[in-house]
Amino acid sequence: MSKAKLTIEHISKSFSEKKGGKITHALQDFNLAVSPGEFVAIVGPSGCGKTTLLKIVAGLEVASEGEVYLDNNKVTGPGPERGLVFQDFALFPWRDVTGNVVFGPELLNVPAAERIKIAEHYIRLVGLSGNERKYPAELSGGMKQRVAIARALANDPEVLLMDEPFGSLDAQTRSQMQKELLYIWQENRKAVLFVTHSVEEAVYLSNRIVVLTGSPGTIKQVFPIDLSYPRSRSDHGFISLREKITGCVSGNCR
Amino acid sequence: MLIAPGPAGLPWAGELWGNTIISLWRVLVGFAIAAISGILLGVVIGWWRNVRDLLEPIIEILRPIPPLAWIPLAMLWFGLGFKPAVFLIWLGAFFPILLNTVLGMESTPKKLVEVAKTLGANSGQILFKVGVPSAAPSIMAGLRIGIGIGWMCLVAAELTGSNSGLGYMIMYYYSTMEAAKTVAGMLMIGIVGFLMFTALKKVEDKLLFWRVPP
Repeated sequence: MSKAKLTIEHISKSFSEKKGGKITHALQDFNLAVSPGEFVAIVGPSGCGKTTLLKIVAGLEVASEGEVYLDNNKVTGPGPERGLVFQDFALFPWRDVTGNVVFGPELLNVPAAERIKIAEHYIRLVGLSGNERKYPAELSGGMKQRVAIARALANDPEVLLMDEPFGSLDAQTRSQMQKELLYIWQENRKAVLFVTHSVEEAVYLSNRIVVLTGSPGTIKQVFPIDLSYPRSRSDHGFISLREKITGCVSGNCR
Repeated sequence: MLIAPGPAGLPWAGELWGNTIISLWRVLVGFAIAAISGILLGVVIGWWRNVRDLLEPIIEILRPIPPLAWIPLAMLWFGLGFKPAVFLIWLGAFFPILLNTVLGMESTPKKLVEVAKTLGANSGQILFKVGVPSAAPSIMAGLRIGIGIGWMCLVAAELTGSNSGLGYMIMYYYSTMEAAKTVAGMLMIGIVGFLMFTALKKVEDKLLFWRVPP
């Protein structure tokens, strides 16, 4: 079979509403293969099924049709080999930074001493050393998202799934976090599936951009991004790609 | 004659303290049983929808019956003294603890459950590492309400179904027309209630320090 890390084959998802039995098609025949270490961004208008797709890959939702494979193994439910980062962080408020980061290893019965080492490593990687004993209520939005990323990485997942992770951050924090995510990605070389509605963010971060159209969500076009890292937002190639993809998202694909 | 003091009984202070300790012991035992049973049942009802559907009708019929309406039955079943008092405190404290625990479990954020699943949690781990801790603030609120209601139920129970305790004491001095001692008993009820409430609040603040400041 294929050498892809993550294979998404013919995924469709429809919901039937409780009242009236009206059926909504969220996704239709979505196909994608993510290579090991590849950073793929999915962009599209809100309500185009981006989040649904990510939840299906995470195993939190079941596709109406189609299959997801990780290293040729069929995905049947959530699992620690696919780490998920939400837009609104979803930290455990009763656990401090370390407590949140060790949550995954703790579930998998990693010995306590080793858990602490893992936590220290990832807390350092996301630049939060010195904040180990702080609780989520004491952290800023950017810090919370760093904790959420460290928590997802602590399980050493095969794939990192990110659902608009920087969507609720202010512009400055957001661009800082994008830089740091690239650094983390280059350190770890995980395959990343990154959902965003910001074309600029997608162009800045990813190797490949998948543009989705809304209801039902289907792939409109796929753009490889061959710019070298680190990327500059004022670079000519960057701007022309951004314009082209923005045009495609709003309906004018070339 | 500490428990049922006559006019020639022990000195007044000893009698007041004795009855206070008797009442306190009753309320602590009743409250402990209510806390254990209310939290356990509440966790189960709040987590599993089918258990809730099964038990909710029974609970909703029993709940509106005021604990005081149970006094006759309590005396019939348990006689006088310690046992009926504990039973009534349990009744009074149980429902607020139960309902707040159910509410807390039911409002476990779906996102946190999903995150736990993607981190590899099995269903037991989701219950104990996500559901229960996220319900903790609501459970603590239930305990606080429960101990207040339990204390009131106790005093009411002692007015009729007992021959000792603070409730009994104020009723006794009412019948001997010693208003000062009745008032002293009432004040003691207020002070002890306040202290218990404050102690529980301290425990709550200590356990739930991680809460978002309002």
